[in-house]
Amino acid sequence: MHSKARRLFAAGFAVFCIGTLPAAAKTLVYCSEGSPENFTPAVNTTGTSFDGARPVYNQLVEFERGSAKVVPGLAESWEITEGGTVITFKLRKAVKFHSSATFKPTRDFNADDVLWTFNRQWKPDHPFAKVSGGKYDYFSDMKMGTLMKSLDKVDDYTVKLTLSEPNAPMMANLAMDFASIHSAEYADSLVKAGKLELMDQQPIGTGPFAFVTYQKDAVIRFKKNPDFWGEKALVDDLVYAITPDPTARYSKLKAGECHFMIAPRPADLPEMQNDPSLKVINQAGLNIAYWAFNVSKPPFDNKAVRQALNMSIDKATIIRDVYLGAGQAAKNLIPPILWSYNDAVKDYAYDPEKAKTMLKEAGVTAPLEIDLWYMPVQRPYNPNAKRIAEMMQSDLAKVGVNAKLVTYEWGEYRKRAQQGEHMTAQLGWTGDNGDPDNFFFLRGCTGARAGGQNITKWCNQEYDDLLAKAAKLSDTGERTKIYMRMQEIEHEEAPDLKIAHSVVYETMRKEVEGYKQGPFGGHKFNGVDIK
Amino acid sequence: MVLYFLKRAALTIPTFFALMFLTFAAIRLVPGDPVEVRVGERGISPERLAQFRHELGLDQPVWKQFFDYVWALLHGDFGTSVVTNEKVLTEFFTLFPATVELSLSAILFAVMIGVPAGAIAAVKRGSWYDQTLMSISVVGFSMPIFWWGLLLIMLVAERLHLTPVSGRIDLIKFYFEPVTGFMLIDSVLSGQKGALLDALHHLVLPVIVLGTVPLATIARMTRSSMLEVLGEDYVRTARAKGLSPFRVIGLHALRNALIPVVTVIGLSVGSSMAGAVLTETIFSWPGVGKWLIEAIGRRDYPALQGGVMLISAIVISVNLLVDVIYGVINPRIRHGR
Repeated sequence: MHSKARRLFAAGFAVFCIGTLPAAAKTLVYCSEGSPENFTPAVNTTGTSFDGARPVYNQLVEFERGSAKVVPGLAESWEITEGGTVITFKLRKAVKFHSSATFKPTRDFNADDVLWTFNRQWKPDHPFAKVSGGKYDYFSDMKMGTLMKSLDKVDDYTVKLTLSEPNAPMMANLAMDFASIHSAEYADSLVKAGKLELMDQQPIGTGPFAFVTYQKDAVIRFKKNPDFWGEKALVDDLVYAITPDPTARYSKLKAGECHFMIAPRPADLPEMQNDPSLKVINQAGLNIAYWAFNVSKPPFDNKAVRQALNMSIDKATIIRDVYLGAGQAAKNLIPPILWSYNDAVKDYAYDPEKAKTMLKEAGVTAPLEIDLWYMPVQRPYNPNAKRIAEMMQSDLAKVGVNAKLVTYEWGEYRKRAQQGEHMTAQLGWTGDNGDPDNFFFLRGCTGARAGGQNITKWCNQEYDDLLAKAAKLSDTGERTKIYMRMQEIEHEEAPDLKIAHSVVYETMRKEVEGYKQGPFGGHKFNGVDIK
Repeated sequence: MVLYFLKRAALTIPTFFALMFLTFAAIRLVPGDPVEVRVGERGISPERLAQFRHELGLDQPVWKQFFDYVWALLHGDFGTSVVTNEKVLTEFFTLFPATVELSLSAILFAVMIGVPAGAIAAVKRGSWYDQTLMSISVVGFSMPIFWWGLLLIMLVAERLHLTPVSGRIDLIKFYFEPVTGFMLIDSVLSGQKGALLDALHHLVLPVIVLGTVPLATIARMTRSSMLEVLGEDYVRTARAKGLSPFRVIGLHALRNALIPVVTVIGLSVGSSMAGAVLTETIFSWPGVGKWLIEAIGRRDYPALQGGVMLISAIVISVNLLVDVIYGVINPRIRHGR
């Protein structure tokens, strides 16, 4: 009896000990596709670089994890006044910056950090303006320099942004990666140390993970920020295993060497979907692939010809054979996941006979000789432009149109297409900020000038006026009505044939929980756990 | 001897200038420049394009760009990457140890298997072993690296779980900062138990893939060289003296047969650097090969020019060293006889 009691005590003690043991550290390994240029999104342009910096930083306002909805970030609230030209941000208090071996913050985040962040990109005389090449492409592309009239610190926790004109997409712009907030105190310490470039190489932010180390082309390591103000990290360590080859990424995922992989090959998807140890999720990409008709060149100045060509292409076959199912037919410039999508628009049906008749009625004598430009590169919205061009060429031949396939080096291709040298050309777009304006501007009159991004060179006054009007309105309901109308105009005028919105797939191991796929293709790992 | 060395060294100078010109011209013949590659669909205003091109010196006449580049190079300035804004020399020497570790391990693997395999094939000439080995070596010699790498990953790593898929160390189990850049050395220096074994484990597949072609070459070379030597008078004499077959083959025949094999090994160092480009890509190996491939894609002129020049300098130096060693071993070469 005595020995039984001793055994019971021993067992109880063992259970107690196991119960009080510290839990093993959880490490989430993400098989990423490449190395970041550095860790300051403002000087970068690639999704790879943004992904590398994203765990570290916050913006004033942010995209909700897994959606395009703008929610409070480092600004707790904001007020838009004076006809939409003044935005006053109330900043979040008690937000800590990360510490590193070389920097220990002595104060919390405040208005100085906001001013430092934007002034670096805006003011050429800023001490950091020329650091890391000093090219602020997104700040420039989103026209921030001309839209911002002034940025003032009202007090430590209030910042006032004055705009030169009302601009509805501004809040979405501020949620983009280039607007990530940096520590002005860290910058000062680097100025004193004479090591300005470390600002972009050893990042200090307020995000859910703190940067630990980066080994070029090999690995980026982050650790959980226990003081994070928002949705906390659920793993202790986050590791980006840089694995450029998609086949190797898939093999690593299967072998359990990583938990999550970016950009699976479409050909691997069926096998992935049947693997019980993996989870495959997908979302319509925030993008569009189109075939533009240059309306400044006959016969594309004739609406009926453009409409006829819209009926001559078998879009469903292209999506099946080129996108391998990872695409959905497009009928509007914006993808269906974006607010203001006009689902009432009816796509042109594939009808070669009707197309032939319409071309004849439009006075086009067969065979019509045209050129058809295709991109020499794979893009997120178009996996194989050459193959699509070949399929289009075959479809066009059936309606009496002889298409000559043309391509150039990628930089040259864009330049020539923007100059309007083509008759017809494939291109596309990937959205930046989830605001419809970021798509509709592609068909605006400003871009229709030689060298502009509107490679259809189509300029419709009603469409353009509506575009300008919507950008100045802050009422989403009003803007939606305008964008709905613009989609009708564009459908009727048919300056292009909208090919597809690609579907973005992501694959992870079954044990990964809580991941939310975002519409912009980026990755956020706070709130993600391994069970 | 000093004069011989100086003559050999002087001969490398025109090689360097030719390389400078070729690397400079080749990347510029490829359409597109770093600014245009960076821009993407969004385009760029002519003013900003002009500003960026000016900052990168791309608005200068090509001959001036070339002379500026040569002048900087003569002063030891390999330039700054237009993508990362890091010094090319820093980037190169951060990544170079990984390439050296992989290449040398692959050569070591090829020598350790290729030499004995070739020697045995020569001794057993015409046997099934000889014929099998030579057939396999033809396959190995013509093996496409990319395909071979992926095949091994799928079979050995994925299916049989015998090795890791890629990388240099288990990122979940081990974490230490690089000291030398050589993972085998750093894993020892880290003092973490099992790190060295894990690093060796990660080397297995890339070494097999990169070592396959040199292995086949070395095995064939050893075999043919051995066959030649085995018919020599001194080997017959050694046999007649009653020496054991091991001493005859190992000491008398193989040592002499290895002279041309050493040449092949020297040349394999250069070719394995070239092969490392593909192997590094397949196995996510952070070396200079992968870095150069990316530099081409991004039209990062300074990184590409600097990287190619540095690799060339290393390969030329190795060849120069081999020439000098030859001169030492065989004075007839030194005196041009």
